[in-house]
Amino acid sequence: MMIDMLQQLLQGFFGPVYPLVWTVLKIVLIIVPLLLGVAYLTFWERKVIGWMQVRIGPNRVGPWGLIQPIADGVKLMMKEIVIPTGSDKGVFLIAPMFAFAPALAAWAVIPFNDTLVLANVNASLLYIMAITSIGVYGIILSGWASNSKYAFLGGMRSAAQMISYEVAMGLALVVVLMVSNSLNLGDIVKSQGQGMFAARGLGFLSWNWLPLLPMFAVYLISIVAETNRAPFDMAEGESEIVGFHVEYSGMAFAVFFLAEYANMILVSSLTALLFLGGWLSPVGFLPDSMFWLFAKITAVLFFFLWIRATFPRYRYDQIMRLGWKVFIPLCLIWLVVVGCWMMSPWNIWK
Amino acid sequence: MLENYFPVFVFILIGIAFGIAPIVIGLLVAPHRPDSEKLSPYECGFEAFEDARMKFDVRYYLIAIIFILFDLEVAFLLPWATIFKEIVQTESVKWFGFAEMLVFIAILVVGYVYAWAKGALDWE
Repeated sequence: MMIDMLQQLLQGFFGPVYPLVWTVLKIVLIIVPLLLGVAYLTFWERKVIGWMQVRIGPNRVGPWGLIQPIADGVKLMMKEIVIPTGSDKGVFLIAPMFAFAPALAAWAVIPFNDTLVLANVNASLLYIMAITSIGVYGIILSGWASNSKYAFLGGMRSAAQMISYEVAMGLALVVVLMVSNSLNLGDIVKSQGQGMFAARGLGFLSWNWLPLLPMFAVYLISIVAETNRAPFDMAEGESEIVGFHVEYSGMAFAVFFLAEYANMILVSSLTALLFLGGWLSPVGFLPDSMFWLFAKITAVLFFFLWIRATFPRYRYDQIMRLGWKVFIPLCLIWLVVVGCWMMSPWNIWK
Repeated sequence: MLENYFPVFVFILIGIAFGIAPIVIGLLVAPHRPDSEKLSPYECGFEAFEDARMKFDVRYYLIAIIFILFDLEVAFLLPWATIFKEIVQTESVKWFGFAEMLVFIAILVVGYVYAWAKGALDWE
């Protein structure tokens, strides 16, 4: 009712440009909570890791430290953006955009429930794979444009790591597509709501994570490597190693920082949609709703923080070996196994 | 059909704006007091020597080449995987559709094994 009235009001006011205004309005409704989520994910991370290390984490700015992310943002805004001599200034300043913009733009096709989606395009997974792969340009461009040896080597290292895990991730998604029969994220979620367990009210056993368990594991580890997070944080390993954004300061650095956390939220929501049944309720007697999607995203994000607090950092050659010599063969084998399974009379994806 | 992509297009533009705006704000709001030491490249306190655009390990290049091959292969698998459920349910093309892709994957595995045997995937 309210929405109809608002639509009519805007239509009368803006006339021919109304569709654009309406679209921008909806995009703002997605981006603002997303950016808030990014800000508070940084806070949540520091709190969770603090608790896991028997510290209390940030607790000075505001009640329970809740204003901390805003204070951090203001601080970064007041810091000078140093543009090193010899750097390629245009590319240097544009590179953070390449890291951040794809992490936002991918949300155009993320469905929140079976009707609520900004752009219900039929190749939404393809779009996400295409747009998220642009993120690697931000890394390689910033490493190159800084004209610093550390930044250059760090850029090469991170780019090589990201593309290596993109292959494993892509193959894992191929297996998901085989059992989903659609590139549309909404349809992929809906196809997880069928099966013998879902029919008996135990929906969470019908989601893709169980029948495709090896692919779920590959995907879960690949997204950690893909976002350059611990234990694969070769991009910037705190006390040990500097990476592609060593020459960045102030807001230019902040954009890289935001990009990392926005990417974490994006890949977590993809995990929730592709493997954990999206907005579907885990048990039959509870209704499907957006709440489940957010709960699952939160759970995957917590997993990110948990492993960061738990595992020691991998060596670079170990990262590359895991990506190329373990995950790719595993994905190819499982692809054939699922193919044979679906060809056999015991096919569970009818 | 194509107008479905209109919000996607607008979203990309807004995403670009959100990527550029903070840096513009930072350049406007933050102080700007450069000096030659501050602007020199970071090399752990040492004097910078040589150009940073130096020779780098050929393995990065090799990884990039292999990545292109494998990513292309994923791109070829995608349309097949998307309709595989229908292939399975259509009796006339069932075995053909399956065997075809097995051949494709087999060829790929030959290349993969070769790359592995040649040490292209090693990183010591």
